[in-house]
Amino acid sequence: MGRTLAEKVWDDHVVRRAEGEPDLLYIDLHLLHEVTSPQAFDGLRKSGRQVRRLDLTIATEDHNTPTLDIDKPIADPVSRAQLETLRKNCADFGVRLHSLGDVEQGVVHVVGPQLGLTQPGTTVVCGDSHTSTHGAFGALAFGIGTSQVEHVLATQTLPLARPKTMAITVEGDELPEGVTAKDLILAIIARIGTGGGQGYILEYRGPAIEKLSMEARMTICNMSIEAGARAGMIAPDETTFEYIKGRDHAPKGEDWDAAVAYWKTLKTDEDAEFDAEVVIKAEELAPFVTWGTNPGQGAPLSASVPDPASYEDASERLAAEKALEYMGLEAGQPLRDIKVDTVFVGSCTNGRIEDLRAAAAIVEGRKIADGVRMLVVPGSARVGLQAVSEGLDKVFKEAGAEWRHAGCSMCLGMNPDQLAPGERSASTSNRNFEGRQGKGGRTHLVSPQVAAATAVLGHLASPADLSEADARTPAGV
Amino acid sequence: MEAFTTHTGRAVPLRRSNVDTDQIIPAHWLKKVTRDGFEDGLFEAWRKDPEFILNKEERVGATVLVAGPDFGTGSSREHAVWALQNYGFKTVISSRFADIFRGNSLKNGLLTVVLDQKVVDALWELTEQDPTAEITVDLRERQVLAEGITADFELDENARWRLLNGLDDISITLQNEGDIAAYEADRPAYKPRTVQV
Ligand code: SF4
Repeated sequence: MGRTLAEKVWDDHVVRRAEGEPDLLYIDLHLLHEVTSPQAFDGLRKSGRQVRRLDLTIATEDHNTPTLDIDKPIADPVSRAQLETLRKNCADFGVRLHSLGDVEQGVVHVVGPQLGLTQPGTTVVCGDSHTSTHGAFGALAFGIGTSQVEHVLATQTLPLARPKTMAITVEGDELPEGVTAKDLILAIIARIGTGGGQGYILEYRGPAIEKLSMEARMTICNMSIEAGARAGMIAPDETTFEYIKGRDHAPKGEDWDAAVAYWKTLKTDEDAEFDAEVVIKAEELAPFVTWGTNPGQGAPLSASVPDPASYEDASERLAAEKALEYMGLEAGQPLRDIKVDTVFVGSCTNGRIEDLRAAAAIVEGRKIADGVRMLVVPGSARVGLQAVSEGLDKVFKEAGAEWRHAGCSMCLGMNPDQLAPGERSASTSNRNFEGRQGKGGRTHLVSPQVAAATAVLGHLASPADLSEADARTPAGV
Repeated sequence: MEAFTTHTGRAVPLRRSNVDTDQIIPAHWLKKVTRDGFEDGLFEAWRKDPEFILNKEERVGATVLVAGPDFGTGSSREHAVWALQNYGFKTVISSRFADIFRGNSLKNGLLTVVLDQKVVDALWELTEQDPTAEITVDLRERQVLAEGITADFELDENARWRLLNGLDDISITLQNEGDIAAYEADRPAYKPRTVQV
């Protein structure tokens, strides 16, 4: 019988297989950041071990880095200590590190792909759940805990039981006009639930997926974890090869040809069977936003806040009630009427150049609404430089937005970029948990396009709403 | 990981049930960046009370914690195990442990011993009356010994083998060094490297 993409990549990395034991899997790329690595390095030190493969290991600073005044000492002592610890650990063990101020610094899941390190058919791990992002290249990529970080540092392997596979097929030629990858993944999570992917590696497939850019594919795979999945993957194709070609760590010359020949074999066989299958119809999709406190609590922007009483399942009903209370929303309120205080464009979900371009195109020549603060945080310093070279920073600043330095920033508010209690945001990040963006903060997950339109109108809105508003306002006013 | 074969030491009788990991090590300690230095956070809230048993002079240097049922419930933090170890405990005895805590403890080489509550009661009485009384936990024989007390305990063969040999997951994996090296020798040249060659 044929094999799925996930099974092929898995099989190619089995170092040892024995009856009654988990497979020992080889890890091609290990990404590190400051939050989940300190105790792992400490463990190595205590047992007198080294990093086995420095050439397969790379670190960056992202969660705690400030996005303003990056040349000044970091004010928060805990953040500073975590960053200084990473710097010391990387220096002591010889790990390549991209520190604040370095052009390759940024969110770990933006940095791997931009360096060309994330490649099809590789295994990628990081002490971070959104490692699933790298699956967009046909890599098997997943988040691990601190003990496992130490395990990979010491052995370059991990003992793991193979997850099941789930196909998510998006039927239809392409996503409808105005619908983005973010809308698609939010709709998928609303459909299968935040636990729907538990125990599975998801494979997104179908013509609508094949038409997507690498950036869009990364947005989708990034949020696989929000559906509870271990990983998400998309089969590599010409779009993938084109994206990698010429990047710093892309294979060169003969290696390139050998690599592409291998990458082309990385497709689910016709006769392969998935353990589960879900079908999504592209034509039914529309801009999608969340109204609740988990990424599965979302609805099309044109809908209203649901009535908890409409849920048959008691625990879902309770969850919806609690969510509405926390979010300060009423059942039946049109989602478009929800006013926001803050708009955040950034994160490993939507902080890449294509996302910034999309948001800039919408705010260009417009002003963001009074009383709304808009933060634009590039996913990496390199993305920031690219945006500046295209003049996007100016577009944002002229519209009244704040242009910042790279990092995780308000995605989780470990640095000073946070919501105040009761403040509401439209955010392009991936988690709308209670307090995620700051204690008492209320988060609506949206695409960069919806974020930008929301910033201009001051309430949740899509770019289509903007043209209507423009039509009503006489020019020059 | 240090091997555990047999250990003899003085005890701290902790007559409390349902000691959760928040009580073992409060959340604000989780910001630390090392696995050591957690000893001051161990039972932090209770230690503010000079009468708390850990604060008694005669308990200084004790290495065996004899706790009430359902020890280690709540948050999965591995820091709870580190705190106990940093403080100097080598083994914890209780009639029932929370699953995740038990898993974490055995991963880190802290031997958690499950005994009947009747035996735990007897150990409490003995060590309360005589703070110098010693308890021996013998993993080879799977037996706990103290004056007038002999009790067998269970531990699954795999966990026992790991502890006796001081093998953490990493050591076990490294026993397959040959397989890893063979795999590495066969890795294609086009695979990415983080350092330019
Ligand atoms: S951007 Fe957000 S989700 Fe991504 S790695 Fe940073 S904190 Fe995690």
